[in-house]
Amino acid sequence: MSLPAATLEAATRHRLRAWEALPWLAALGAFFLFPDYLAFGTQVLVMILFALSLDLVLGYAGIVTLGHAAFFGAGAYTVAMLAAHAGWNEPLSGLAVAALVAGLLGLASGWVLLRTHGLTLLMLTLCTMALLEQAANMFSGFTGGFDGMPGLAFQPILGRFEFDVLYFRTQYLYALAVLFACFIALRVLVHSSFGRSLTGIRENLLRMHAVGAPVRARQVLAYAVSAALAGVAGAVFVQATSYVNLAVLGLERAAGVLIILILGGYGRLYGAFVGALAYLLLEHTLSKAYPTAWQLGIGITLVLVALYARNGILGLADALRRRWRER
Amino acid sequence: MSAVLLETQGLSKRFGALEVARGIDFRLEAGARHALIGPNGAGKTTFVNLLTGVLAPTDGRVLLDGEDVTRLAPAKRVKRGIARTFQINQLFRGLPVLENVALAVAERLGAGGDMVRPAGRRADVLAEAGRLVELLHLGADAGRRIDELPYGRQRLVEIAIALGLEPRLLLLDEPAAGIPSAESHIVLEAIAALPPAIAVLIIEHDMDLVFRFAERITVLVGGAIFAEGTRAEIAANREVRAVYLGTALDA
Repeated sequence: MSLPAATLEAATRHRLRAWEALPWLAALGAFFLFPDYLAFGTQVLVMILFALSLDLVLGYAGIVTLGHAAFFGAGAYTVAMLAAHAGWNEPLSGLAVAALVAGLLGLASGWVLLRTHGLTLLMLTLCTMALLEQAANMFSGFTGGFDGMPGLAFQPILGRFEFDVLYFRTQYLYALAVLFACFIALRVLVHSSFGRSLTGIRENLLRMHAVGAPVRARQVLAYAVSAALAGVAGAVFVQATSYVNLAVLGLERAAGVLIILILGGYGRLYGAFVGALAYLLLEHTLSKAYPTAWQLGIGITLVLVALYARNGILGLADALRRRWRER
Repeated sequence: MSAVLLETQGLSKRFGALEVARGIDFRLEAGARHALIGPNGAGKTTFVNLLTGVLAPTDGRVLLDGEDVTRLAPAKRVKRGIARTFQINQLFRGLPVLENVALAVAERLGAGGDMVRPAGRRADVLAEAGRLVELLHLGADAGRRIDELPYGRQRLVEIAIALGLEPRLLLLDEPAAGIPSAESHIVLEAIAALPPAIAVLIIEHDMDLVFRFAERITVLVGGAIFAEGTRAEIAANREVRAVYLGTALDA
Protein backbone atom coordinates (compact mmCIF):
# COMPACT_ATOMS: atom_id res chain seq x y z
CA MET A 1 0.00 0.00 0.00
CA SER A 2 1.37 3.37 -1.00
CA LEU A 3 1.51 6.43 1.23
CA PRO A 4 -1.69 8.11 -0.05
CA ALA A 5 -3.60 4.85 0.33
CA ALA A 6 -2.18 4.27 3.82
CA THR A 7 -3.00 7.85 4.82
CA LEU A 8 -6.54 7.48 3.54
CA GLU A 9 -6.92 4.23 5.43
CA ALA A 10 -5.71 5.85 8.66
CA ALA A 11 -7.88 8.93 8.14
CA THR A 12 -11.10 6.99 7.57
CA ARG A 13 -10.69 4.02 9.88
CA HIS A 14 -13.00 5.53 12.51
CA ARG A 15 -15.92 5.96 10.12
CA LEU A 16 -19.03 3.86 10.62
CA ARG A 17 -19.48 1.15 8.02
CA ALA A 18 -22.86 0.00 6.78
CA TRP A 19 -22.37 -3.54 8.12
CA GLU A 20 -21.96 -2.17 11.63
CA ALA A 21 -25.75 -1.82 11.77
CA LEU A 22 -26.03 -5.61 11.49
CA PRO A 23 -25.60 -6.65 15.14
CA TRP A 24 -28.15 -4.08 16.27
CA LEU A 25 -30.67 -5.05 13.64
CA ALA A 26 -30.12 -8.69 14.55
CA ALA A 27 -30.63 -7.92 18.25
CA LEU A 28 -33.89 -6.08 17.51
CA GLY A 29 -34.97 -8.86 15.15
CA ALA A 30 -34.30 -11.45 17.88
CA PHE A 31 -36.62 -9.52 20.18
CA PHE A 32 -39.55 -10.19 17.85
CA LEU A 33 -38.48 -13.58 16.54
CA PHE A 34 -37.62 -15.31 19.82
CA PRO A 35 -39.95 -13.89 22.48
CA ASP A 36 -39.43 -16.99 24.63
CA TYR A 37 -35.67 -16.62 24.74
CA LEU A 38 -35.37 -13.02 25.96
CA ALA A 39 -33.96 -14.04 29.34
CA PHE A 40 -31.19 -15.85 27.47
CA GLY A 41 -30.85 -12.87 25.13
CA THR A 42 -30.46 -10.49 28.06
CA GLN A 43 -27.71 -12.68 29.40
CA VAL A 44 -25.96 -12.53 26.02
CA LEU A 45 -26.21 -8.73 25.90
CA VAL A 46 -24.79 -8.41 29.42
CA MET A 47 -21.87 -10.68 28.55
CA ILE A 48 -21.22 -8.73 25.34
CA LEU A 49 -20.88 -5.55 27.38
CA PHE A 50 -18.65 -7.30 29.89
CA ALA A 51 -16.48 -8.74 27.11
CA LEU A 52 -16.26 -5.31 25.46
CA SER A 53 -14.92 -3.85 28.68
CA LEU A 54 -12.28 -6.56 28.76
CA ASP A 55 -11.43 -5.93 25.11
CA LEU A 56 -10.37 -2.37 25.95
CA VAL A 57 -7.70 -3.52 28.42
CA LEU A 58 -6.76 -6.87 26.93
CA GLY A 59 -7.30 -6.38 23.20
CA TYR A 60 -6.28 -2.76 22.89
CA ALA A 61 -3.98 -1.93 25.80
CA GLY A 62 -2.51 -5.44 26.04
CA ILE A 63 -3.07 -5.69 29.80
CA VAL A 64 -3.52 -9.36 30.63
CA THR A 65 -5.99 -9.86 33.46
CA LEU A 66 -7.72 -12.86 34.95
CA GLY A 67 -9.68 -10.87 37.48
CA HIS A 68 -12.02 -8.71 35.50
CA ALA A 69 -15.07 -10.16 37.25
CA ALA A 70 -13.95 -8.10 40.25
CA PHE A 71 -15.41 -5.04 38.52
CA PHE A 72 -18.46 -6.85 37.18
CA GLY A 73 -19.10 -7.97 40.76
CA ALA A 74 -18.42 -4.52 42.21
CA GLY A 75 -21.08 -3.03 39.95
CA ALA A 76 -23.46 -5.89 40.68
CA TYR A 77 -23.11 -5.65 44.46
CA THR A 78 -23.31 -1.85 44.35
CA VAL A 79 -26.82 -1.79 42.87
CA ALA A 80 -27.89 -4.81 44.92
CA MET A 81 -26.80 -3.31 48.24
CA LEU A 82 -28.17 0.12 47.38
CA ALA A 83 -31.53 -1.45 46.61
CA ALA A 84 -31.57 -3.78 49.61
CA HIS A 85 -30.20 -1.46 52.30
CA ALA A 86 -30.68 2.13 51.16
CA GLY A 87 -33.91 1.79 49.22
CA TRP A 88 -32.10 3.27 46.23
CA ASN A 89 -33.67 1.21 43.47
CA GLU A 90 -33.95 3.69 40.62
CA PRO A 91 -32.16 1.78 37.82
CA LEU A 92 -30.39 4.49 35.79
CA SER A 93 -28.87 6.33 38.75
CA GLY A 94 -27.96 2.87 40.07
CA LEU A 95 -25.99 2.25 36.87
CA ALA A 96 -24.16 5.55 37.31
CA VAL A 97 -23.20 4.75 40.90
CA ALA A 98 -22.13 1.22 39.87
CA ALA A 99 -19.94 2.68 37.12
CA LEU A 100 -18.42 5.13 39.57
CA VAL A 101 -17.70 2.51 42.25
CA ALA A 102 -16.24 0.01 39.79
CA GLY A 103 -14.30 2.77 38.00
CA LEU A 104 -12.75 4.01 41.25
CA LEU A 105 -11.88 0.45 42.21
CA GLY A 106 -10.23 0.07 38.79
CA LEU A 107 -8.36 3.33 39.23
CA ALA A 108 -7.06 2.36 42.68
CA SER A 109 -6.17 -1.25 41.88
CA GLY A 110 -4.79 -0.30 38.46
CA TRP A 111 -2.58 2.35 40.00
CA VAL A 112 -1.03 -0.30 42.26
CA LEU A 113 -1.12 -3.39 40.02
CA LEU A 114 -0.05 -1.89 36.70
CA ARG A 115 3.48 -1.41 37.99
CA THR A 116 3.80 -5.09 37.19
CA HIS A 117 3.10 -7.04 34.05
CA GLY A 118 2.92 -10.53 32.62
CA LEU A 119 2.49 -13.39 35.03
CA THR A 120 2.80 -11.22 38.13
CA LEU A 121 -0.01 -8.98 36.93
CA LEU A 122 -2.10 -12.01 36.06
CA MET A 123 -1.73 -13.38 39.59
CA LEU A 124 -2.36 -10.02 41.24
CA THR A 125 -5.58 -9.40 39.30
CA LEU A 126 -6.70 -12.87 40.28
CA CYS A 127 -5.87 -12.17 43.94
CA THR A 128 -7.72 -8.85 43.91
CA MET A 129 -10.82 -10.61 42.68
CA ALA A 130 -10.45 -13.37 45.26
CA LEU A 131 -10.11 -10.75 48.01
CA LEU A 132 -13.34 -9.08 46.91
CA GLU A 133 -15.09 -12.42 46.72
CA GLN A 134 -13.98 -13.26 50.25
CA ALA A 135 -15.06 -9.85 51.48
CA ALA A 136 -18.50 -10.37 49.94
CA ASN A 137 -18.60 -13.77 51.62
CA MET A 138 -17.54 -12.51 55.06
CA PHE A 139 -19.71 -9.41 55.38
CA SER A 140 -22.86 -11.42 54.96
CA GLY A 141 -24.89 -8.87 56.89
CA PHE A 142 -24.51 -6.51 53.94
CA THR A 143 -23.99 -8.85 51.03
CA GLY A 144 -26.02 -11.91 51.92
CA GLY A 145 -22.80 -13.91 52.06
CA PHE A 146 -22.75 -17.18 50.22
CA ASP A 147 -26.48 -17.18 49.51
CA GLY A 148 -26.43 -13.68 48.04
CA MET A 149 -29.46 -11.46 47.86
CA PRO A 150 -32.52 -12.80 46.05
CA GLY A 151 -35.73 -10.94 45.34
CA LEU A 152 -34.35 -7.46 44.76
CA ALA A 153 -36.87 -4.97 43.42
CA PHE A 154 -36.14 -2.10 41.08
CA GLN A 155 -38.28 0.82 40.02
CA PRO A 156 -39.57 1.03 36.46
CA ILE A 157 -37.01 2.42 34.03
CA LEU A 158 -37.55 6.17 33.60
CA GLY A 159 -40.55 5.66 35.85
CA ARG A 160 -42.45 4.01 32.99
CA PHE A 161 -41.13 0.64 31.91
CA GLU A 162 -41.69 -2.07 34.52
CA PHE A 163 -39.18 -4.90 34.71
CA ASP A 164 -40.84 -7.92 33.21
CA VAL A 165 -40.21 -10.84 35.56
CA LEU A 166 -41.70 -13.47 33.32
CA TYR A 167 -40.66 -12.70 29.78
CA PHE A 168 -37.72 -10.29 30.20
CA ARG A 169 -39.03 -7.98 27.44
CA THR A 170 -38.13 -4.78 29.30
CA GLN A 171 -34.86 -6.23 30.53
CA TYR A 172 -33.81 -7.20 27.03
CA LEU A 173 -34.45 -3.79 25.53
CA TYR A 174 -32.94 -2.09 28.56
CA ALA A 175 -29.76 -4.19 28.30
CA LEU A 176 -29.67 -3.50 24.56
CA ALA A 177 -29.98 0.27 25.08
CA VAL A 178 -27.26 0.30 27.74
CA LEU A 179 -25.01 -1.87 25.56
CA PHE A 180 -25.55 0.47 22.61
CA ALA A 181 -24.68 3.58 24.63
CA CYS A 182 -21.57 1.95 26.13
CA PHE A 183 -20.52 0.57 22.75
CA ILE A 184 -20.69 4.00 21.10
CA ALA A 185 -18.60 5.51 23.89
CA LEU A 186 -16.07 2.70 23.65
CA ARG A 187 -15.92 2.93 19.87
CA VAL A 188 -15.17 6.65 20.09
CA LEU A 189 -12.49 5.91 22.68
CA VAL A 190 -10.63 3.20 20.76
CA HIS A 191 -10.53 5.29 17.59
CA SER A 192 -9.30 8.40 19.40
CA SER A 193 -5.63 9.32 19.64
CA PHE A 194 -5.75 7.94 23.18
CA GLY A 195 -7.06 4.63 21.87
CA ARG A 196 -4.35 4.48 19.22
CA SER A 197 -1.73 5.13 21.87
CA LEU A 198 -3.08 2.16 23.85
CA THR A 199 -2.43 0.01 20.79
CA GLY A 200 1.08 1.43 20.77
CA ILE A 201 1.52 0.42 24.40
CA ARG A 202 0.31 -3.08 23.57
CA GLU A 203 2.66 -3.40 20.60
CA ASN A 204 5.77 -2.01 22.29
CA LEU A 205 5.85 -0.63 25.81
CA LEU A 206 9.49 0.41 25.65
CA ARG A 207 9.05 2.33 22.42
CA MET A 208 5.98 4.09 23.77
CA HIS A 209 8.06 5.28 26.73
CA ALA A 210 10.73 6.42 24.30
CA VAL A 211 8.35 8.62 22.32
CA GLY A 212 7.54 10.45 25.53
CA ALA A 213 4.08 9.02 26.25
CA PRO A 214 2.90 8.88 29.88
CA VAL A 215 2.48 5.14 29.55
CA ARG A 216 1.38 4.18 33.03
CA ALA A 217 -1.14 7.00 33.36
CA ARG A 218 -2.71 5.90 30.08
CA GLN A 219 -2.83 2.26 31.20
CA VAL A 220 -4.41 3.13 34.54
CA LEU A 221 -6.97 5.38 32.85
CA ALA A 222 -7.89 2.68 30.34
CA TYR A 223 -8.12 0.15 33.18
CA ALA A 224 -10.47 2.45 35.12
CA VAL A 225 -12.71 3.09 32.12
CA SER A 226 -12.84 -0.64 31.43
CA ALA A 227 -13.64 -1.33 35.09
CA ALA A 228 -16.50 1.20 34.99
CA LEU A 229 -17.97 -0.50 31.89
CA ALA A 230 -17.66 -3.92 33.54
CA GLY A 231 -19.42 -2.44 36.57
CA VAL A 232 -22.28 -1.27 34.36
CA ALA A 233 -22.55 -4.79 32.92
CA GLY A 234 -22.73 -6.26 36.44
CA ALA A 235 -25.34 -3.71 37.46
CA VAL A 236 -27.55 -4.46 34.47
CA PHE A 237 -27.20 -8.16 35.25
CA VAL A 238 -28.51 -7.65 38.78
CA GLN A 239 -31.29 -5.29 37.76
CA ALA A 240 -32.43 -7.71 35.06
CA THR A 241 -32.37 -10.86 37.17
CA SER A 242 -33.23 -9.21 40.51
CA TYR A 243 -30.71 -11.24 42.46
CA VAL A 244 -27.01 -11.29 43.18
CA ASN A 245 -24.70 -13.95 44.54
CA LEU A 246 -20.99 -14.66 44.79
CA ALA A 247 -20.88 -16.09 41.27
CA VAL A 248 -20.74 -12.54 39.84
CA LEU A 249 -17.30 -12.20 41.43
CA GLY A 250 -15.99 -15.67 40.75
CA LEU A 251 -13.16 -17.07 38.71
CA GLU A 252 -15.65 -18.91 36.54
CA ARG A 253 -17.14 -15.65 35.32
CA ALA A 254 -13.70 -14.05 34.87
CA ALA A 255 -12.52 -17.05 32.86
CA GLY A 256 -15.78 -17.14 30.93
CA VAL A 257 -15.45 -13.58 29.70
CA LEU A 258 -11.84 -14.21 28.72
CA ILE A 259 -12.90 -17.26 26.73
CA ILE A 260 -15.66 -15.25 25.06
CA LEU A 261 -13.21 -12.61 23.94
CA ILE A 262 -10.66 -15.10 22.66
CA LEU A 263 -13.39 -17.11 20.94
CA GLY A 264 -14.77 -14.05 19.15
CA GLY A 265 -11.48 -12.29 18.52
CA TYR A 266 -9.92 -9.55 20.65
CA GLY A 267 -8.83 -6.02 19.85
CA ARG A 268 -11.69 -5.46 17.39
CA LEU A 269 -14.81 -4.73 19.48
CA TYR A 270 -17.08 -6.97 17.42
CA GLY A 271 -15.30 -10.06 18.67
CA ALA A 272 -17.17 -9.56 21.95
CA PHE A 273 -20.50 -9.80 20.11
CA VAL A 274 -19.64 -12.93 18.18
CA GLY A 275 -17.84 -14.55 21.10
CA ALA A 276 -20.60 -14.00 23.65
CA LEU A 277 -23.30 -15.29 21.33
CA ALA A 278 -21.27 -18.32 20.25
CA TYR A 279 -20.15 -19.22 23.78
CA LEU A 280 -23.54 -18.88 25.41
CA LEU A 281 -25.33 -20.67 22.58
CA LEU A 282 -22.83 -23.47 22.82
CA GLU A 283 -23.20 -23.64 26.58
CA HIS A 284 -26.98 -23.52 26.30
CA THR A 285 -27.34 -26.28 23.72
CA LEU A 286 -24.59 -28.50 25.10
CA SER A 287 -25.86 -28.32 28.66
CA LYS A 288 -29.30 -29.38 27.42
CA ALA A 289 -27.99 -32.25 25.33
CA TYR A 290 -25.29 -33.45 27.74
CA PRO A 291 -26.13 -32.10 31.19
CA THR A 292 -23.14 -33.77 32.80
CA ALA A 293 -20.44 -33.37 30.18
CA TRP A 294 -21.24 -30.11 28.40
CA GLN A 295 -17.99 -28.46 29.48
CA LEU A 296 -16.14 -31.04 27.46
CA GLY A 297 -17.70 -29.56 24.32
CA ILE A 298 -16.62 -26.06 25.31
CA GLY A 299 -13.14 -27.35 26.02
CA ILE A 300 -12.82 -29.06 22.64
CA THR A 301 -14.06 -25.92 20.87
CA LEU A 302 -11.46 -23.85 22.70
CA VAL A 303 -8.66 -26.21 21.78
CA LEU A 304 -9.73 -25.99 18.14
CA VAL A 305 -9.85 -22.19 18.29
CA ALA A 306 -6.45 -22.02 19.96
CA LEU A 307 -4.97 -24.32 17.32
CA TYR A 308 -6.60 -23.14 14.13
CA ALA A 309 -8.09 -19.72 14.76
CA ARG A 310 -5.68 -17.74 16.92
CA ASN A 311 -7.59 -14.54 16.28
CA GLY A 312 -10.94 -16.03 17.08
CA ILE A 313 -13.99 -16.52 14.91
CA LEU A 314 -13.70 -13.08 13.34
CA GLY A 315 -10.00 -13.61 12.68
CA LEU A 316 -10.89 -16.85 10.94
CA ALA A 317 -13.53 -15.04 8.87
CA ASP A 318 -10.91 -12.45 7.89
CA ALA A 319 -8.48 -15.14 6.79
CA LEU A 320 -11.11 -16.92 4.73
CA ARG A 321 -12.18 -13.67 3.07
CA ARG A 322 -8.57 -12.86 2.21
CA ARG A 323 -8.06 -16.30 0.69
CA TRP A 324 -11.24 -15.87 -1.30
CA ARG A 325 -10.04 -12.56 -2.71
CA GLU A 326 -6.64 -13.92 -3.67
CA ARG A 327 -8.22 -16.52 -5.87
CA MET B 1 31.35 27.36 16.83
CA SER B 2 27.76 27.14 17.92
CA ALA B 3 26.40 26.77 21.44
CA VAL B 4 26.79 23.68 23.60
CA LEU B 5 23.58 21.62 23.47
CA LEU B 6 24.47 18.70 25.67
CA GLU B 7 27.03 18.42 28.39
CA THR B 8 27.83 15.74 30.92
CA GLN B 9 29.96 16.41 33.97
CA GLY B 10 31.68 13.56 35.75
CA LEU B 11 28.94 11.14 34.72
CA SER B 12 29.39 7.82 36.52
CA LYS B 13 27.41 4.65 36.91
CA ARG B 14 28.19 1.71 39.12
CA PHE B 15 26.41 -1.62 39.36
CA GLY B 16 27.83 -2.93 42.62
CA ALA B 17 31.54 -3.24 42.07
CA LEU B 18 31.20 -2.91 38.31
CA GLU B 19 31.86 0.59 37.02
CA VAL B 20 30.27 1.01 33.61
CA ALA B 21 30.69 4.78 33.34
CA ARG B 22 33.58 6.60 34.97
CA GLY B 23 33.53 10.36 35.23
CA ILE B 24 32.53 11.04 31.65
CA ASP B 25 32.91 14.70 30.67
CA PHE B 26 31.33 15.12 27.31
CA ARG B 27 30.10 18.02 25.18
CA LEU B 28 28.00 18.18 22.09
CA GLU B 29 27.26 21.31 20.10
CA ALA B 30 23.97 22.08 18.35
CA GLY B 31 23.94 20.44 14.94
CA ALA B 32 27.04 18.36 15.70
CA ARG B 33 27.87 15.09 13.94
CA HIS B 34 29.58 13.04 16.58
CA ALA B 35 30.41 9.36 16.87
CA LEU B 36 30.95 7.28 19.96
CA ILE B 37 33.09 4.22 19.35
CA GLY B 38 34.75 1.63 21.51
CA PRO B 39 35.10 -2.11 21.96
CA ASN B 40 32.16 -4.24 23.10
CA GLY B 41 31.35 -3.61 26.74
CA ALA B 42 32.95 -0.17 26.71
CA GLY B 43 29.74 1.34 28.08
CA LYS B 44 28.42 3.02 24.94
CA THR B 45 24.82 1.94 25.35
CA THR B 46 25.03 2.64 29.08
CA PHE B 47 26.06 6.18 28.19
CA VAL B 48 23.02 6.54 25.91
CA ASN B 49 20.78 5.17 28.67
CA LEU B 50 22.21 7.74 31.07
CA LEU B 51 21.50 10.52 28.58
CA THR B 52 17.92 9.41 27.94
CA GLY B 53 17.19 8.79 31.60
CA VAL B 54 16.59 5.04 31.35
CA LEU B 55 19.40 4.71 33.90
CA ALA B 56 20.06 7.10 36.78
CA PRO B 57 23.74 7.97 37.25
CA THR B 58 25.53 7.15 40.48
CA ASP B 59 27.34 10.45 40.19
CA GLY B 60 27.63 13.43 37.89
CA ARG B 61 25.24 15.58 35.89
CA VAL B 62 23.57 15.77 32.50
CA LEU B 63 22.92 19.28 31.17
CA LEU B 64 20.72 20.08 28.21
CA ASP B 65 21.01 23.69 27.07
CA GLY B 66 22.72 24.41 30.39
CA GLU B 67 19.76 23.06 32.34
CA ASP B 68 20.24 20.14 34.70
CA VAL B 69 18.12 17.23 33.47
CA THR B 70 19.88 14.52 35.51
CA ARG B 71 16.77 13.70 37.55
CA LEU B 72 14.26 14.13 34.73
CA ALA B 73 12.14 11.13 33.69
CA PRO B 74 12.77 9.70 30.20
CA ALA B 75 9.41 10.91 28.84
CA LYS B 76 10.16 14.47 30.01
CA ARG B 77 13.57 14.41 28.33
CA VAL B 78 11.88 13.42 25.09
CA LYS B 79 9.73 16.54 25.41
CA ARG B 80 12.92 18.57 25.87
CA GLY B 81 14.27 17.24 22.58
CA ILE B 82 16.26 14.06 23.20
CA ALA B 83 15.25 11.19 20.94
CA ARG B 84 16.90 7.85 20.33
CA THR B 85 16.85 4.81 18.14
CA PHE B 86 17.49 1.37 19.55
CA GLN B 87 20.27 -1.07 18.81
CA ILE B 88 17.62 -3.77 18.44
CA ASN B 89 14.45 -2.55 16.71
CA GLN B 90 11.76 -1.35 19.08
CA LEU B 91 8.83 -0.90 16.74
CA PHE B 92 5.09 -1.42 16.81
CA ARG B 93 5.40 -4.65 14.87
CA GLY B 94 1.74 -5.31 14.22
CA LEU B 95 1.01 -1.80 12.93
CA PRO B 96 1.62 -0.24 9.51
CA VAL B 97 4.70 1.93 8.95
CA LEU B 98 2.69 5.15 8.76
CA GLU B 99 0.97 4.34 12.05
CA ASN B 100 4.33 3.72 13.72
CA VAL B 101 5.52 7.20 12.86
CA ALA B 102 2.11 8.77 13.56
CA LEU B 103 2.18 7.47 17.14
CA ALA B 104 5.40 9.38 17.77
CA VAL B 105 4.17 12.53 16.03
CA ALA B 106 0.88 12.38 17.98
CA GLU B 107 2.80 12.41 21.24
CA ARG B 108 4.92 15.38 20.19
CA LEU B 109 1.87 17.37 19.11
CA GLY B 110 0.13 16.53 22.38
CA ALA B 111 -2.66 14.52 20.74
CA GLY B 112 -2.05 11.25 22.60
CA GLY B 113 -4.28 12.03 25.57
CA ASP B 114 -7.32 13.00 23.48
CA MET B 115 -10.01 10.44 24.27
CA VAL B 116 -12.73 11.76 21.97
CA ARG B 117 -11.55 13.08 18.66
CA PRO B 118 -10.79 10.33 16.12
CA ALA B 119 -7.06 9.92 15.50
CA GLY B 120 -7.88 9.93 11.78
CA ARG B 121 -9.12 13.51 12.01
CA ARG B 122 -5.73 14.75 13.18
CA ALA B 123 -4.69 15.73 9.68
CA ASP B 124 -1.64 17.50 11.12
CA VAL B 125 -0.38 14.26 12.67
CA LEU B 126 -0.98 12.21 9.54
CA ALA B 127 0.60 14.82 7.25
CA GLU B 128 3.74 15.08 9.37
CA ALA B 129 4.01 11.29 9.66
CA GLY B 130 3.58 11.03 5.90
CA ARG B 131 6.29 13.62 5.31
CA LEU B 132 8.77 11.66 7.44
CA VAL B 133 7.84 8.38 5.76
CA GLU B 134 8.63 10.02 2.42
CA LEU B 135 11.83 11.56 3.79
CA LEU B 136 13.14 8.09 4.58
CA HIS B 137 11.95 6.70 1.24
CA LEU B 138 9.41 4.45 2.92
CA GLY B 139 6.48 5.76 0.88
CA ALA B 140 5.86 2.52 -0.99
CA ASP B 141 5.79 0.60 2.31
CA ALA B 142 3.64 3.08 4.26
CA GLY B 143 0.70 0.69 4.53
CA ARG B 144 2.69 -2.44 5.28
CA ARG B 145 3.03 -3.89 8.74
CA ILE B 146 6.47 -3.73 10.29
CA ASP B 147 6.76 -7.50 10.54
CA GLU B 148 6.33 -7.74 6.77
CA LEU B 149 9.32 -5.48 6.08
CA PRO B 150 12.94 -6.50 5.50
CA TYR B 151 15.17 -5.67 8.45
CA GLY B 152 17.00 -2.83 6.73
CA ARG B 153 13.78 -0.97 6.05
CA GLN B 154 12.68 -1.55 9.61
CA ARG B 155 15.81 0.28 10.72
CA LEU B 156 14.63 3.28 8.71
CA VAL B 157 11.33 3.26 10.58
CA GLU B 158 13.35 3.50 13.80
CA ILE B 159 14.88 6.70 12.49
CA ALA B 160 11.56 8.04 11.19
CA ILE B 161 9.97 7.55 14.62
CA ALA B 162 12.82 9.40 16.30
CA LEU B 163 12.54 12.26 13.81
CA GLY B 164 8.82 12.38 14.48
CA LEU B 165 9.71 13.65 17.93
CA GLU B 166 11.42 16.66 16.33
CA PRO B 167 14.54 16.19 18.43
CA ARG B 168 17.37 18.63 18.91
CA LEU B 169 19.57 15.72 19.87
CA LEU B 170 19.29 12.39 18.13
CA LEU B 171 21.02 9.35 19.60
CA LEU B 172 21.54 6.58 17.06
CA ASP B 173 22.46 3.32 18.76
CA GLU B 174 24.13 1.18 16.09
CA PRO B 175 21.73 2.13 13.28
CA ALA B 176 23.40 -0.25 10.84
CA ALA B 177 23.42 -3.23 13.21
CA GLY B 178 21.95 -6.40 11.80
CA ILE B 179 21.51 -5.11 8.27
CA PRO B 180 22.87 -7.22 5.45
CA SER B 181 25.66 -5.30 3.74
CA ALA B 182 23.66 -5.10 0.51
CA GLU B 183 21.12 -2.93 2.33
CA SER B 184 23.41 -0.90 4.58
CA HIS B 185 23.74 1.93 2.07
CA ILE B 186 20.03 2.74 2.62
CA VAL B 187 20.68 3.54 6.26
CA LEU B 188 23.91 5.34 5.41
CA GLU B 189 22.15 7.64 2.98
CA ALA B 190 19.32 8.25 5.44
CA ILE B 191 21.78 9.28 8.13
CA ALA B 192 23.75 11.50 5.79
CA ALA B 193 20.49 13.26 4.84
CA LEU B 194 19.41 14.05 8.41
CA PRO B 195 18.37 17.68 8.93
CA PRO B 196 21.52 19.71 9.74
CA ALA B 197 19.95 21.48 12.73
CA ILE B 198 19.75 18.20 14.68
CA ALA B 199 22.77 17.24 16.73
CA VAL B 200 23.51 13.57 16.11
CA LEU B 201 25.43 11.22 18.35
CA ILE B 202 25.98 7.90 16.66
CA ILE B 203 27.21 4.67 18.19
CA GLU B 204 28.50 2.38 15.51
CA HIS B 205 30.91 -0.44 14.88
CA ASP B 206 30.95 0.07 11.14
CA MET B 207 34.09 2.23 10.85
CA ASP B 208 33.33 3.05 7.26
CA LEU B 209 30.09 4.67 8.36
CA VAL B 210 31.70 6.39 11.36
CA PHE B 211 34.51 8.03 9.43
CA ARG B 212 32.25 9.10 6.61
CA PHE B 213 29.64 10.61 8.84
CA ALA B 214 31.17 11.99 12.03
CA GLU B 215 33.11 15.22 12.35
CA ARG B 216 34.27 14.39 15.83
CA ILE B 217 34.81 11.03 17.45
CA THR B 218 34.95 9.98 21.06
CA VAL B 219 36.53 6.67 21.97
CA LEU B 220 35.14 4.98 25.05
CA VAL B 221 37.09 2.20 26.76
CA GLY B 222 36.15 0.55 30.05
CA GLY B 223 33.50 3.17 30.80
CA ALA B 224 35.86 6.14 30.47
CA ILE B 225 36.79 8.47 27.65
CA PHE B 226 39.98 7.16 26.12
CA ALA B 227 40.39 9.72 23.37
CA GLU B 228 38.45 12.44 21.66
CA GLY B 229 39.11 14.50 18.59
CA THR B 230 38.36 15.18 14.99
CA ARG B 231 38.12 12.39 12.48
CA ALA B 232 41.70 12.93 11.39
CA GLU B 233 43.04 13.09 14.94
CA ILE B 234 41.39 9.84 15.91
CA ALA B 235 42.48 8.12 12.73
CA ALA B 236 46.05 9.19 13.44
CA ASN B 237 45.96 8.29 17.12
CA ARG B 238 48.27 5.35 17.64
CA GLU B 239 46.87 4.27 20.95
CA VAL B 240 43.35 4.21 19.56
CA ARG B 241 44.56 2.10 16.70
CA ALA B 242 46.22 -0.22 19.12
CA VAL B 243 43.27 -0.75 21.47
CA TYR B 244 40.40 -0.62 19.11
CA LEU B 245 40.70 0.22 15.49
CA GLY B 246 43.36 -2.35 14.85
CA THR B 247 43.60 -2.98 11.18
CA ALA B 248 40.11 -1.75 10.39
CA LEU B 249 41.47 1.49 8.95
CA ASP B 250 44.11 -0.12 6.83
CA ALA B 251 41.54 -2.13 5.01
